[in-house]
Amino acid sequence: MTTRISLTVNSVKVEADIEPRLHLGDFLRDHLSLTAAHLGCEHGVCGACTVLIDGQPARSCIALTVSLDGAEITTLEGLADDPLMEVIKQCFHESHGLQCGFCTPGMLVTAWDLLRRQGRMDQHAVREAMSGNLCRCTGYQGIVRSIMAAAEQAETTGLLEPGTPRP
Amino acid sequence: MKPAPFEFSRPEALDEALAQLAEPGAQALGGGQSLVPLLNLRLAPASRLIALSHINDLNQISETDEAVLYGAGSRHVAFEDGLVPDASNGLMRHVGGRFAFRAIRTRGTIGGALALADPAADWLVTVVTLQGKLHVTSAGSNRVIEAEDFVLGPYFTALEDGELITAVEIPRRPISERWGYAKFTTKVGEYALSMALALFDDAAGTARLVLGAADGAPIVLSETAAAWAAGESGEGLRASILTELDAAEREFPPARRHMHLTNILRATMDATGS
Repeated sequence: MTTRISLTVNSVKVEADIEPRLHLGDFLRDHLSLTAAHLGCEHGVCGACTVLIDGQPARSCIALTVSLDGAEITTLEGLADDPLMEVIKQCFHESHGLQCGFCTPGMLVTAWDLLRRQGRMDQHAVREAMSGNLCRCTGYQGIVRSIMAAAEQAETTGLLEPGTPRP
Repeated sequence: MKPAPFEFSRPEALDEALAQLAEPGAQALGGGQSLVPLLNLRLAPASRLIALSHINDLNQISETDEAVLYGAGSRHVAFEDGLVPDASNGLMRHVGGRFAFRAIRTRGTIGGALALADPAADWLVTVVTLQGKLHVTSAGSNRVIEAEDFVLGPYFTALEDGELITAVEIPRRPISERWGYAKFTTKVGEYALSMALALFDDAAGTARLVLGAADGAPIVLSETAAAWAAGESGEGLRASILTELDAAEREFPPARRHMHLTNILRATMDATGS
C-alpha cells in the first residue's frame, strides 16, 4: 500500500506515492537521485545521512518520509550555492577534512548548522558538537581544524557575526 | 527500505488518534528518534503507526502561577534553545542540550522519551527530580500520574494500552532553590551510565536527590536528601547514599555502585557550589 505525499526538496515541490516504511534517506537517494546524503549505519548513529528538515539538521535514515508530508528538506546539493557552505567545503579541502569522503556530506551539513548557530568555538566545543558524526579515516584532527578555519574565515568575510570563541 | 511493512496515519485530532491507538497493533509515533531505529532493526513490532506530530493539543505550552505544562510533542531543542518557558531555574535547558546529538534533539520529543522509559534517559530523572506530573489520556478517560510513580521498571511504565501522554507538568521551583547535575557517559551523546540530579534550597532547608541510569525507575534518595538539607556532609553523607543505594536492591556491580556514589556526591557539590 502506498501513500501520496507532497514535500519540498531543495526548493522544488515533489509529489510521490511511497510506502510508509520508506525512510527519507532512501527516498532522497532512490527516488530523487539525490545521493549526497550517504547511508552508513541506518539506525541514527553515524550521521552520514544528515540533512536539514525545515531548516534543522536531522538524520534522514530515521525520519519516515511519509511523516514529512508538507516539510521542507534541504540536502547538501541544495546548499551548492550557499556562500557559507562554499567556505566550509574549501576549508575541508585545504585542511584535510576528508579522506575517503563517505562521512563528508553529513560532516558538512552538521558543520554548516553548527557555525550558523554558534559561530567561532574553541576546539573542545567543536569536538563535542561534531561527536554525532563518525569518520573512520581522518582521525578527526583535520575535520576539527577545517571547521575552526571555516568559522574564522566566515567571520572575517562577514558571513557570520564576529564574536569571541565560545566554549 | 529497512523496516517491515506497516500502515500509517497522521491524525490531526486527539480523539481520532486515541481511537486509532485503541486498536491492536497500533503504535504511537512521536519524534521517532528511538522508535524508527528499532523499526529499522526490526526489533519493534508495529503493524500501524499513528503519528502524533500534527495534533495541536500535544504541541501546546501553557502556564499557570504554579506550573508550566509542556505538550508531550515539545521537541528537545525547544528546551535547549530556551524557546519554552522555564519552571526549573534553568535545569531543563541545561539537560535538554546535553544528551544525544543536535540532529536527534531537533526531532525527538519529551513525551516520546518519557513514554519509552529508557532507564538511562535524561528526561526521566529530570522530571522525577522536579516532581513533575504526566497528563495521560485514553479514549475513555484522563488521569494525572506523578512522575515518581510513572516508571515501574526498564521500558515499563504505568501507561495502559491505548493511553497517551499529552503533557508534562513541571511545578515552578522556588527561586531560592539551586540545582546540581552530574552525568557519566563513555562518549559524548551516549546514554548515561550514571546520572544524578540534586536540588538544594538553603532558605527553605529542603533538598532532593535523584539517581538516574539506575537500571529501572530513577531512585529518589529521600533520607540522604533530608540529612543533606540538615547539614550532613563528608563521610556521613557518603554512608547515607550507600545505604539508600543498597536498599533499592538493584544489585549494582561494585564499580557501578561506586560510580553512582561519586555522581551523587558530585551533584550535591554542583548544587551548593562547593
